[in-house]
Amino acid sequence: MNFDFSDDQKQLRDQARKFLAEKCPPKAVRVVLDGQAPYDRALWKGFAEMGFLGVAIPEEYGGAGAGHLELCVIAEEVGRALAPVPFSSTVYLAAEALMLAGSDAQKQAWLPKIASGEAIGTLALFEGTGNPSPKAIKVEAANGVLNGTKKPVADGAIADLIIVAARTGSTGRDSDISLFLVDAKAGGVEAKALTNLDPTRGQAELTFKNCKAEPLGAAGEGWSILTEVLDRAAVLTAFEQVGGSDRALEMGRDYALDRIAFGRPIGSFQAVKHMLADMYVSATLARSNSYYGAWALSTNAPELPEAAASARISATQAFQHCSKNNIQVHGGMGFTWEFDCHMYYRRANALALGLGSLSYWEDQLIDRMRKRNAA
Amino acid sequence: MNFDDTPQEAAFRSQARTWIAANAPKQYEDELRATSLGRVGLKNADILQVAKAWQKKKAEAGWACLHWPKEYGGRGSSPIERVIWQQEEGPFGKLSGMFIIGHGMCGPTMMAYASEEHKRQYLPPLASGEKVWCQLFSEPAGGSDVAGLRTRAEKRGEDWVINGQKIWTSGAHYSDYGILLTRTDPTVPKHKGLTMFFLDMKSPGVDIRPIKQASGHSDFNEVYFTDVVIPDSQRLGTVNDGWNVALTTLMNERMSIGAGVATGVPELFDFCSNLMLDDRPAIEDRNVRSRLASWAVRASGLKYTSIRAISALSKGERPGPENSIGKLVAGPMIQDVAAYALDLQGAAGVLSGPEAELAGKFQAMLLRAPGTRVEGGTDEIMRNIIAERVLGLPGDIRVDKDLPFNQVPTKGRN
Repeated sequence: MNFDFSDDQKQLRDQARKFLAEKCPPKAVRVVLDGQAPYDRALWKGFAEMGFLGVAIPEEYGGAGAGHLELCVIAEEVGRALAPVPFSSTVYLAAEALMLAGSDAQKQAWLPKIASGEAIGTLALFEGTGNPSPKAIKVEAANGVLNGTKKPVADGAIADLIIVAARTGSTGRDSDISLFLVDAKAGGVEAKALTNLDPTRGQAELTFKNCKAEPLGAAGEGWSILTEVLDRAAVLTAFEQVGGSDRALEMGRDYALDRIAFGRPIGSFQAVKHMLADMYVSATLARSNSYYGAWALSTNAPELPEAAASARISATQAFQHCSKNNIQVHGGMGFTWEFDCHMYYRRANALALGLGSLSYWEDQLIDRMRKRNAA
Repeated sequence: MNFDDTPQEAAFRSQARTWIAANAPKQYEDELRATSLGRVGLKNADILQVAKAWQKKKAEAGWACLHWPKEYGGRGSSPIERVIWQQEEGPFGKLSGMFIIGHGMCGPTMMAYASEEHKRQYLPPLASGEKVWCQLFSEPAGGSDVAGLRTRAEKRGEDWVINGQKIWTSGAHYSDYGILLTRTDPTVPKHKGLTMFFLDMKSPGVDIRPIKQASGHSDFNEVYFTDVVIPDSQRLGTVNDGWNVALTTLMNERMSIGAGVATGVPELFDFCSNLMLDDRPAIEDRNVRSRLASWAVRASGLKYTSIRAISALSKGERPGPENSIGKLVAGPMIQDVAAYALDLQGAAGVLSGPEAELAGKFQAMLLRAPGTRVEGGTDEIMRNIIAERVLGLPGDIRVDKDLPFNQVPTKGRN
């Protein structure tokens, strides 16, 4: 047994952290936050050059073929630095869906472009309020074309490749749903950028009007593929959340050591110490659950669905908890635009929603635990 | 990152499994499996005798105190082998409860400070369960502030004479020996005037009085010392260096980590699967699912945190203060889980006894949990440890730190 990342993986983490510290300081994040660019193009190019985009993509499709543990390590650093790039939508969602369900031709067409940073990808799943469910999908696919509207779609306005969940049946079963692949440049899709809670990552409304689409995976298999894509993305996102939690904790700790009140560093007051200790506890539990998810993801273990839901819930709670209390430790300063606290708070609350909210994942976890207990 | 046994670990596991299958007291298996926190005991047998018999069997076959050196009754196993043993021992591991303090704290302290002759004399019967040990640290005036203790040890010839009182001493009523922290110099600051000993609990002048707990059980005791004589050869460490010896003991408490800390979650999950609420299983209720999921991820988080710690240990790292997290998370959780299980039963949650087995089970947890949150350091002390020793925040202001102990105020209000 060895429940830790290897030395090589830790080295990759250090490398990614160093790169991001240099290329993605808070002021770079703020350029996107302030709306001066939809994402950090230079950083994205750097990601491609460093090999971060294709780390889990097999070599035959232009990637490094290293694996998902390596991707987890990078995701953690992306979360720590709040990197304002379409990493999660491209790598965790589009690339994973292609690797899971794509034909060889589809993989050949798109995975090398993703690995090289040439193509941004996303998954168009949601249609307004509510959690992932086959019944909520109204966008229709018939005769090779899509019609309907998706929102919100993460990075939808800048995506080149869109994976769309669409309705191909009306039996009321999961098998009504199929997945499609859309080349955004081929026409038939209209994108509108939407204002959102965390402007460092864009959200869009996509309207498909007789948009040409090719099937991804077998007809009627869409929902089961989607569930697996969401599980995989949940583990990877959990690492972003763990990275963000740790950084928020560090910011709070550093401030508590520097800031003097009543003649003492505020970090010497038990009320503040205990708040920071509780942040450490939630970040640690999330990290451990995420490691378990990483193991299940990298080995494709039957435990993956349960591990993914645990990692997702635990990391969502931790990042919300740490980013919220980081502001509290900072007091009034934490509430200002100038301090970086709100950027973590925004990201935490946006990440909490992107793959379906907590209630969706709680449902998933309980169902999966019941299934295991019944087995 | 993997959970697979190495060939060596797999061989150890299969050897352990075979031996346990052939030797464990199977007649108690179901009852032990159903035992949850706060309800240790067997209906038709004396649990101490059953535990001692199982421990003796293990010791004779070389399965006792796995991590101890062989010459003192152990096996010299790796941390991962300890975990494998725990996994294989399953519910029979609950029988080790009364030996935890002896094996986890007293034994290692003896190993660090006792003479070689004493180690060979006292450790093997401790490993085999023949002799039970307790730890005499806490006092009415020194709970979280352990160094504030007042039990005196005075030198008289080659002996020491002990007077004073200890409290919260787990298992003192069935213990044969104890390690005892005393004050030997009240004129210096509190941490500098302490000395550690070990003693025979049957010595004249030792008076053990069980404390009836909130649960109605008596697991702890008050222990009074009246002119108890301890030979100087039973001193552990040098005179007035007892605080450092105590720190060794407390450090070793952290070594007793395992992958199976009680959280109450499996019990709650079963309970919610079976309880009918508004004509359907409680587990189908949105609110129940949400609460259950939150606790379940805390429990799994703890489990994988301890597996990470064991991985680190097996690479030669020392267990650090971050291991305080286990008790800090599990203690309050058991309390909340138990209260929630009762809440789900409505007014009937208040009943116990033979007609209300389920409620009774969670009531026992509820009544034991406050103790879990206090023993070995309160939640607040655990948070201080994490804040100060893991996160590097300043220590609490301790106004008595440099004051001679006999000048430390003893009352808040006059």
